[in-house]
Amino acid sequence: MMTRKNDAKKAFVATLPVLAGYLALGFGFGVLLSTKGFGAIWALFMSVTMFGGSMQYAAVDFLADEISLVSAAVMTLIINARHLFYGISLLDKYKGVGAKKIYMIHALTDETYSLVCSDEIAKGVENKHFYYFLISLFDHIYWIAGCTLGAVFGTNVSFNSEGIDFVLTALFLTIFVEQWMSSKNHTSAIIGVVAAVVCTVIFHDNMLIPTMVLILVALVVLRYVRRDKHDL
Amino acid sequence: MTYNSTLHCILLVLVMAVVSFLLRAFPFILFSGKRETPKFVIYLGKVLPFAIIGMLVVYCVKDMNFTAVANFLPYIIAGAVVVVLHVWRRNTLLSIIAGTLSYMALVQFVF
Repeated sequence: MMTRKNDAKKAFVATLPVLAGYLALGFGFGVLLSTKGFGAIWALFMSVTMFGGSMQYAAVDFLADEISLVSAAVMTLIINARHLFYGISLLDKYKGVGAKKIYMIHALTDETYSLVCSDEIAKGVENKHFYYFLISLFDHIYWIAGCTLGAVFGTNVSFNSEGIDFVLTALFLTIFVEQWMSSKNHTSAIIGVVAAVVCTVIFHDNMLIPTMVLILVALVVLRYVRRDKHDL
Repeated sequence: MTYNSTLHCILLVLVMAVVSFLLRAFPFILFSGKRETPKFVIYLGKVLPFAIIGMLVVYCVKDMNFTAVANFLPYIIAGAVVVVLHVWRRNTLLSIIAGTLSYMALVQFVF
């Protein structure tokens, strides 16, 4: 029992940056949604079922414009395409989780993925599956709370939180540095950054899909060029 | 029940939710069960997090540009705070809080 409590505490501390980021970004989403005439119940509904930052922001216009169901499906495929590859890294980590796995897959956002991938942060955790589950659940709760509160309070609340969204940038950057220091080979990390910079210069806001393609091509090529070294 | 705007919007949300879920579930469906996961996929699973997190860092600062000091210096300074602090103390929360507070201070009071 004590170990469970300890694991829960570790999961909570690990997700604190996400708490700050999701409350702020979720709040922004809720405000935006309510200005289009969709109330808190919609913010709640969307954050529970869709659970995705950029996706939900885009969806505000889709709902307001009442686009077709097929267009919505295609747009979702495009905006969330990178998630196709997140699971590959978690096949092992999520093996044997049981019924909770379906929920953990549903809750697999960029932030949850980054935390679950960081073995350094998870040091000392007894029950890894329970810890990964709680990270997914906590992140989801923060997001639901942020979105719903934003729709409830709308533009009535104004506190100067400009720049708070940097908390997620800082989270990714910290994990990046942590991974860099705990691994000898930096090839994959460098590929990710260079591919993303190149694609941002060329494609601007639409850089995610070309970056993922470039990363995959580079990693595939590397694997065949350096057949003997698998521990990139 | 007649087909109206509300129903259409409910269906829209459900469609987007289902597609989002299927994207996230795809690798688990493809490489589930008895069959052994191909070595190549295991390799990708091992190296991808490094590249993807690098990509997410860049994605977060994609609005940075060099047309004005205010459009890049806060990112650079706050980013440096995070990196230096993390290399020095290796305390995740400390790095994130200090980085975020310095970024907020820079965009609110300095630039």
